[in-house]
Amino acid sequence: MSRSAELLAGATLLAGLAWAGMGLAQQRPAAAPAAVPAAAQPAKTGLGREAHPAEVAAWSIAVRPDGQGLPPGRGSVKQGEDIFQTQCAACHGEFGEGAGRWPVLAGGRGSLKGENPEKTLGSFWPYLSTTFDYVRRAMPYGNAQSLSNDEVYALTAYIMFLNDLVPESFELTRENFTSIPMPNVGGFYDDDRETSERAFWNPNPCMSDCRPTPPRVTGRARVIDVTPEGRSGPRVE
Amino acid sequence: MTDTGMTPRETTRLDRRGFLGAAGLAGAGLAATATGLRAAPPAAPDPLITTVQDWARTLGDGVQARPYGSPSQYEKHVVRRDVEWLTASRESSVNFTPLHELDGIITPSGLCFERHHGGIAEIEPGKHRLMINGLVDKPMVFTVEDLKRFPGRQNHAYFLECAANSGMEWRGAQLNGCQFTHGMVHNVWYTGIPLKTLLDEAGVRTNAKWLLAEGADSSGMTRSIPLEKGLKDCLVVWSMNGEALRPEQGYPVRLVVPGWEGNMWVKWLRRIEVGDQPWHQREETSKYTDLLADGRSRRFTFVMDAKSVVTNPSPQAPLKHKGPNVLSGLAWSGRGRISRVDVSLDGGRNWRSARIDGPVLPMSLTRFYVDFDWNGQEMMIQSRAIDETGYVQPTKDELRKVRGVNSIYHNNGIQTWLVHANGETENVEIG
Repeated sequence: MSRSAELLAGATLLAGLAWAGMGLAQQRPAAAPAAVPAAAQPAKTGLGREAHPAEVAAWSIAVRPDGQGLPPGRGSVKQGEDIFQTQCAACHGEFGEGAGRWPVLAGGRGSLKGENPEKTLGSFWPYLSTTFDYVRRAMPYGNAQSLSNDEVYALTAYIMFLNDLVPESFELTRENFTSIPMPNVGGFYDDDRETSERAFWNPNPCMSDCRPTPPRVTGRARVIDVTPEGRSGPRVE
Repeated sequence: MTDTGMTPRETTRLDRRGFLGAAGLAGAGLAATATGLRAAPPAAPDPLITTVQDWARTLGDGVQARPYGSPSQYEKHVVRRDVEWLTASRESSVNFTPLHELDGIITPSGLCFERHHGGIAEIEPGKHRLMINGLVDKPMVFTVEDLKRFPGRQNHAYFLECAANSGMEWRGAQLNGCQFTHGMVHNVWYTGIPLKTLLDEAGVRTNAKWLLAEGADSSGMTRSIPLEKGLKDCLVVWSMNGEALRPEQGYPVRLVVPGWEGNMWVKWLRRIEVGDQPWHQREETSKYTDLLADGRSRRFTFVMDAKSVVTNPSPQAPLKHKGPNVLSGLAWSGRGRISRVDVSLDGGRNWRSARIDGPVLPMSLTRFYVDFDWNGQEMMIQSRAIDETGYVQPTKDELRKVRGVNSIYHNNGIQTWLVHANGETENVEIG
């Protein structure tokens, strides 16, 4: 086959692919507007299949602050305490005080401006739904999604009780779930770095004599000495 | 030709001259050149040269002795490492990429740092499913084979940085080694399809504003992602560096969220729910919110700011030789391309621009070098990244002034390595 014939064959193949709707047409903006369907409706490939409603239900475990996604159910502080002691206390402590380096679940109120902020449901978490969602999807650690919905309601109620958010007699239900505001719900705002840190955009950063005095060492990692591997001094040739 | 329009050799020479000038300002004779430092012939000949070595005489392994290759046995020390005291268990923990042992911009798949919340999910690809549901015309289920049949497959190199990278250094220098201070970042080539392709297939409703990405692992990892980002450049990928994803990186499929914090790049991706509000999941309320000094927190701080680190020399890679040396490092920005990297030897008093080599891709690691001569002088090495939006990597003090020290996440402050006269290098804070 001559070179020009090869090229011709290639062009024909390309044209064929484009005709078959395999993407080449989209790479030519505004070349043939009449051939492009309305932009709002992208072409379907027909790949994949429609989900069965039971499949969607099985995997839809996410819960939002407004209660969307909450399953029917209820659980009391008392019921939650029993479950907590057998399923959770080994890591989180009997009263949510934490064990070892496992997360503390209670206390920490008023600690957010201090040296050691403690981020619990009572001190930090803005929404109760996050606790329910997380316990349901990821706890107990190593045996995820093994709790019934009622058990998750009960555990959530117990963690609320540990944080002095509800009395010992409290029962949490899907119906009363969104009525309990969290103390730190107003403590968050959306990313504002592009305005609050505007000064970090600088067309002409200093290049010479940028410090009035020579720098001096004010802290050394070596003093804390927590680096995993041993330090061996080099030999300079 | 480089982006500056100069040949590599020219930029090398210019940068080298400029760098030595800066060193001169630091007050020492660093400009002593290699001339005259060259070693004389040894008194006795080197037996490694004068005798035939085993590897030059006998046959080595045949072609199928190593059907899946591994690094040389002499590179066994080049591994991911963890910091045991950081976490309560190994399954919800992190290890770190040995940045000081690598070069160029691509991280070998086996050295990409790991962060799991419920251990590595081992998933048979034939049993994996990806569901798109919520505010869509038709909830859909895809197999991995379905995904690989979609038109419009793409390849991109992107960095993935944990928002907590350098997070242990907010209050001061803590760990000796860029592996530990900066090693929660890696950069690989991804192959996959735009998330938009799958969303189009399901038909996103007009009131949709947010996506929830969910993993199939035992933590059921979830993050809310603005729909706009999902349609813009997010990918559903099955390949890294040309081969299947490693299990620890989300095999068989993961989400890629270019330039945004690594926690959002959900591994073992099993579901995308489309909604009109964020879900405020555990990872976006209790974690990955930035607590500021006034006790309030920034949330949805998705973008990773421009950052850089000198990987060599560094505490795990001290200087061993006087004379010619190569300073090397990495720079990256979640807002786009790196436009310049400056390097200082005197703790930020004087700066010179480093030589950037290799591809400069948006939201990808970028490699920089400074070729220099060293005469044993003490140095305080820093690097400063600048991206195409004009963002300049701040000093740690500038960052602390705005953010306090309780943020945990997004610490992109300028790092200082103190190189001693014997070449030993340590992580320090300067004032």
